[in-house]
Amino acid sequence: MQAAGKYRKERIDRGIKARSDTIYVLSTYSDMLYLFLPRFLPLAALLSIPLFLGGGYWGKVLFYSCVFALLALSWDLMASVGLVSLGQALFFGVGSYVAGGLNHYLNWPIFLTVPAATLGGALLCTILVVPVLRLRGVYFSMVTLILPLLFSHLIETLEILGGTHGLLSLSPFPSHWLATYLAALSVGVVLFGFRRLMNEDFGMVLRGIKDDDRVVMAGAINVHWYKAQAVFLAGMVGSFAGALMTHYYQFVGRSAFALDYTILPLAAAVLGGPGSFAGATLGAFILVPLSEALRALGGLRIALYGVILIGALVLLPEGVFHYLERKYHQFEREVEI
Amino acid sequence: MAGEVILRVEHLTKHFGGVTAVARVSFQVQRGEFVGLIGPNGSGKTTLINLITGFVRPSSGRISFKAKDITGKAPYSIAQLGIARTFQMARALHKLPAYKNLIVPLYSRRVKQFTGGRYGERDDIAIDLLDDLGFERDSSVPYKAAGSLPHGYLKRLDLARCMALRPELLILDELFSGMSMSEVAATLPIIEKLHREGLTIIMAEHRLKELFRVANRVIVLNFGQKIADGSPLEAMGQEEVQKAYLGTEVED
Repeated sequence: MQAAGKYRKERIDRGIKARSDTIYVLSTYSDMLYLFLPRFLPLAALLSIPLFLGGGYWGKVLFYSCVFALLALSWDLMASVGLVSLGQALFFGVGSYVAGGLNHYLNWPIFLTVPAATLGGALLCTILVVPVLRLRGVYFSMVTLILPLLFSHLIETLEILGGTHGLLSLSPFPSHWLATYLAALSVGVVLFGFRRLMNEDFGMVLRGIKDDDRVVMAGAINVHWYKAQAVFLAGMVGSFAGALMTHYYQFVGRSAFALDYTILPLAAAVLGGPGSFAGATLGAFILVPLSEALRALGGLRIALYGVILIGALVLLPEGVFHYLERKYHQFEREVEI
Repeated sequence: MAGEVILRVEHLTKHFGGVTAVARVSFQVQRGEFVGLIGPNGSGKTTLINLITGFVRPSSGRISFKAKDITGKAPYSIAQLGIARTFQMARALHKLPAYKNLIVPLYSRRVKQFTGGRYGERDDIAIDLLDDLGFERDSSVPYKAAGSLPHGYLKRLDLARCMALRPELLILDELFSGMSMSEVAATLPIIEKLHREGLTIIMAEHRLKELFRVANRVIVLNFGQKIADGSPLEAMGQEEVQKAYLGTEVED
């Protein structure tokens, strides 16, 4: 059966890593570039693309992509602690309404509402989520799914915060550029910040909680306190995204608690590959423009979007980012067998 | 301070549904003692350990550590006070490299103040601790994902995790089960050394020969009840203990 000229692919890891995850031996410029470029190029692209797109339709799409990337990053941080959230819309909605409310009722300017919404929204969300942190797995997910619905219905039936009409004519960003660059820069900061955080000692504790929380407890670590901190960080990012969107639209309504803000970030993280943050970001920058590009198809859009999503998950179950990462770190060559 | 009672267990009882896993068990452990905890399978050794370390809440009874009531406290706050325990099934953080497993206790409030002054200091402490337990620092073993290590290494990793906490009371739940003869032979002197340095140890174990080499007192459990408490010779001489052991271990 062994015919001559049969080949198989052989994969070899690039020999750059030495000893451990934290110690590198770098000797040449090419080694340094090898590590530097995959971090620098996406960031450079993120910051230069707005210049080409301007303030038109695709400029808006870029802004949305950044907002959804922030939500996906927020989802991924919670998932890294073992909290599978179905409620990124909660963070988004609370942030939106805090920013909108402060602007509408108290006339706070935009440079105060956004930070206030980021911190206040995160605090509010953490207080809401802390009582259910003890729940495990799907039970936690269920509660996070219900919370945004609860808010949406409270606003509708109690006619508070503008009721079904929402809060209109809020302060806009001084310019499109400011909004876009604020969003794009934040994506960069959060992406690299979270990646760094998860490799610090603090991050090891968070990862440990996902792995086996009883071992972490036995290590004299208050698991709930660390989970609450992770929720607060995720809440900050999600609420910030909501506040940005509110001022971008100059409007906040019940739609801020819509399921879109839960499902799309989750789909982005899963498509890109969860656990790396880069995957979640990449996923958002694939999914949001894709769903806009398919808009021309009318009713078929959602169907085709679904097919693409399923196809990607079946073909690349590890996620796009992990696939690219693996390819980047390995040589491939054909060997005769 | 010799003679100080470090752990006091009073009338401790735990029911699981209709089953009484631990029934009115009382004993005291003095600082510096090495207490063996033995008994046939299902006699309540692990439940007793889970009760002391807070992983299971007692149905009734009282536990105090250094004269402080710890009954019903959360596992982390009991560990915070200085009681470290290993797990029978060698739990580990499987996705993290072995040495990163130790970052978790090293990052706890109990130990944090002594470690981590300099970037990567906790990593160095972790590798030192593992090196002492046979994870050679110059080999690849300490840097491998814990999930890829053989069982014997996981057991020792569990012990290293306890040592990272700088405990005052160490509770070992069948540390030697699943270890090879050579691993036991290598680990036993380490435990003896810890005891000589003043650490109080409670050790649940089935390997009696090894246990009796180090323990100066044994507590025997059967069906959740304490049936003997004393020096190994005394305890094993009691008729009830022999019955409990012979009744389950020899079944020809």
